[in-house]
Amino acid sequence: MISLTINGKQHDLDVPAEMPLLWVIRDIVGLTGTKFGCGVAQCGACTVHVGEDAVRSCSVPVGTVAGKAITTIEGLGTPEQLHPLQAAWVEAQVPQCGYCQSGQLMAISSLLKQNPHPTEDDLAQAISNICRCGTYDRIREAVANVGKAGA
Amino acid sequence: MMAPLNRADFVKLSATFAGSLVLAFGIDGCANESAGRAAASSAPEAGGFTPNQWLVLHPDGKATVIINKSEMGQGVATGLPTVLADELDLPFDDVIVAFAPAAPQYVDPVFKAQITGGSTSTAAMWMPLRIAGATAREMLATAAAKQWGVDAATLQTKQGSVIDPASNKTASYGSLVAAASQLAVPKTPKLKSASEFTLIGKQNARYDTLDKVTGRAQYGIDVRVPNMKVATVLHPPVFGATIRSFDASKAKAIHGVTDVVRLPDDMGIAVVATNTWAAFEGRKALAVTYDTGAFRKIGSADLYARFHALAQSKDGAKVALSRGSLEGVHGTVVDATYQGPPAAHATMEPMNATASVTADGVEIWAPTQVQTFAQMSAAKIAGVPPEKVTVHTTYLGGGFGRRLYHDYTDEAVAVSKAIGAPVQVIWPREEDIQHDWYRPMAVSHLRGTLDANGDLVALDHTVVMDSIMAPLLGPPKNGVDDISLDTAVNSPYAIPNVRVNYIDPKSGVPAGSLRAPGANWNAFAVESFIDEAAHAAGKDPVAFRLALLAHDPRAVAVIKTVVQRAGSPAPGTAHGLAFGPWNGTNCATIAEVSMEGTKPRVHRVWVVADCGTVVNPTIVMQQLVGATYYGLSMALYGNITIKDGAVEQHNFYDYAVLRMADAPKVDAYAIPSTEKPSGIGEPATTPIAPAVANAIFALNGSRVRTLPFVPNA
Ligand code: FES
Ligand code: FES
Repeated sequence: MISLTINGKQHDLDVPAEMPLLWVIRDIVGLTGTKFGCGVAQCGACTVHVGEDAVRSCSVPVGTVAGKAITTIEGLGTPEQLHPLQAAWVEAQVPQCGYCQSGQLMAISSLLKQNPHPTEDDLAQAISNICRCGTYDRIREAVANVGKAGA
Repeated sequence: MMAPLNRADFVKLSATFAGSLVLAFGIDGCANESAGRAAASSAPEAGGFTPNQWLVLHPDGKATVIINKSEMGQGVATGLPTVLADELDLPFDDVIVAFAPAAPQYVDPVFKAQITGGSTSTAAMWMPLRIAGATAREMLATAAAKQWGVDAATLQTKQGSVIDPASNKTASYGSLVAAASQLAVPKTPKLKSASEFTLIGKQNARYDTLDKVTGRAQYGIDVRVPNMKVATVLHPPVFGATIRSFDASKAKAIHGVTDVVRLPDDMGIAVVATNTWAAFEGRKALAVTYDTGAFRKIGSADLYARFHALAQSKDGAKVALSRGSLEGVHGTVVDATYQGPPAAHATMEPMNATASVTADGVEIWAPTQVQTFAQMSAAKIAGVPPEKVTVHTTYLGGGFGRRLYHDYTDEAVAVSKAIGAPVQVIWPREEDIQHDWYRPMAVSHLRGTLDANGDLVALDHTVVMDSIMAPLLGPPKNGVDDISLDTAVNSPYAIPNVRVNYIDPKSGVPAGSLRAPGANWNAFAVESFIDEAAHAAGKDPVAFRLALLAHDPRAVAVIKTVVQRAGSPAPGTAHGLAFGPWNGTNCATIAEVSMEGTKPRVHRVWVVADCGTVVNPTIVMQQLVGATYYGLSMALYGNITIKDGAVEQHNFYDYAVLRMADAPKVDAYAIPSTEKPSGIGEPATTPIAPAVANAIFALNGSRVRTLPFVPNA
């Protein structure tokens, strides 16, 4: 049994310790907001928080995070109570296909905890999440406006 | 199949449709805490008003708008309902979007099949959806007029209500649903003039944004069907190989793996499991031997050598266009050959589909751009008639043309049939990169003649590129594939003597339709060549283009506008311009570039398009910027190489794509217009590569004729 707290809810799971956290979240726990893009820590679509840190869950064996607090996109904010970053995303109309956006939001919301006002260079260095639709320009705009009126 | 529908059909349809909504999105009884807005909608209540196949107006005043196009990021789930809601005078917030099932009444009027492609959705559906909205509006007004005993022509509609200005009475649409349902459908409803639009050109928010920032939007991989298994597929790595034998014992020993299935027609070997990870591990544990044909000896260098030889010899060339005559034209010759590699779509959501084959028929849930073809092919595999195949479309995590192919829906059907249970087939990224329908490898040879005035008076243009249409629709008529020749054969440049030669090299690498297919290569050759010709003529490349386009004021306007918006280059950089006319949309791009060693750095991009009426300004901007990035990604890095008959790349570590650090600031602008809308999802893909090449030339005088710019990223 591996015990995880996901979005504040405890789960006791009978899964192999080497199963990647991504598939535990998606296939065992049933939260599908976290996406699969590459499986090898390249694209960031699977980003979740372990504690405050953003991790690429496709490459984290679940056994290594036993007992830890995990936050997924479903725990970042809700439609009724958006996280400020999600609100900024709505204001800037960031998503296109949207598939990468859970990962983008989880990666950047973690970055904002260490660096609340990242410059465009900070973003370029810290955020390597892939977006094939090309929302990078709007992501920069949304991050610059987090917490501002309307967002 | 295409018989016009009558009222009884609509009633039947709304009954079917109610069912399909539940099946498509409710997936009831299944743990899915993240059901989004489209997902949350339940069956329309009985008593809904269904004047046509696009609309169900509910007694609560909300309207379900059924769209026959796939939402892959390009915004059809917002743009198409906007068009209908505008004519209906319904607030956009009252719209519920539903994706149409595969059914005859939802075929595209141009394609005659349910397909999303070619950036044609808005253009094709613009009139049908306007008429659908106007029809409903007129019936609702007539229903109110009857109740109030007044002439319908004196009534107004606004924000979901019918209003009688004389008496100040209002009736909400919801309250009129029952009465309107009894009325005859008007044949020629009155459409708005452009100045009367309230949503078109003004609606900026997307329908799907909230679901996509909260993780609730349901993509193909999020489908959960009771008792569903998960499978993945190992495809023969060498193109054209067949499976000789395989040993599944190690795969079956993996905890969670339940079956290993050899798919028909050497599609591959599927590993079925209780969860995705077990399936992926099982795939890695398969031991397979293959029978490979001659292609196992082929590498990229062999293909390029053959393509170049063909481009020079023109052996087997078909003349695709002949205008004027190349004979007897004399002057300064400009001769250049360009080379580009295959490129992968690499949609963010890997290929996947869910299928359930039972005695009653087939049900498919898939992120697909080709509902009709997926349905027909599934019917064949399952051995049932097509009407026994239900296709539910989910959100697509990117399409770019990749999901015009139904290989992965076929696999889901074949696996479900083999194991007798519902199954979701998911490809790992490695299969996606190695088994794509690639933007084909190409070599283009252009030989032009400048007369004494420096005018380009002749062009002999040869394109060596696999047929893009052949895998989709069979070999092209007369051996000439107009898609592979897009932007070459239909170039608007007024060159009096032109011949376009097409050679289909049948390379053996699967060729496919990728965002602005054909054009995304040919624009590089044509726009680089025009630049080369201008310089050879001692002319300014912008003025040179404008002279060749003087007959086309909309083309001239986009070029002049982009030049004006870009201004002059920042110190240490240079600007390059390219023009990209595509399927009715004119587009022009300027790139501002400097060099970092041998790598171009693109600092800023200006892109201007004329796509007629803009339905949703946000989405048009998203598409102009996104297509620019997509084209830039391919131009900088996109490089599929072949070794021993197989693709050498595997995943994003060796198939590089554009990330934030490389993404320039893009200034995008759409020329205001009241013309009929034309496509916006693809055009900006084409001019960015030649704009960068032309900027490099302007910067340091070196002409880059080979893509990608950074071959070993
Ligand atoms: S799926 Fe984990 S980084 Fe791509
Ligand atoms: S929004 Fe489609 S991949 Fe980022």
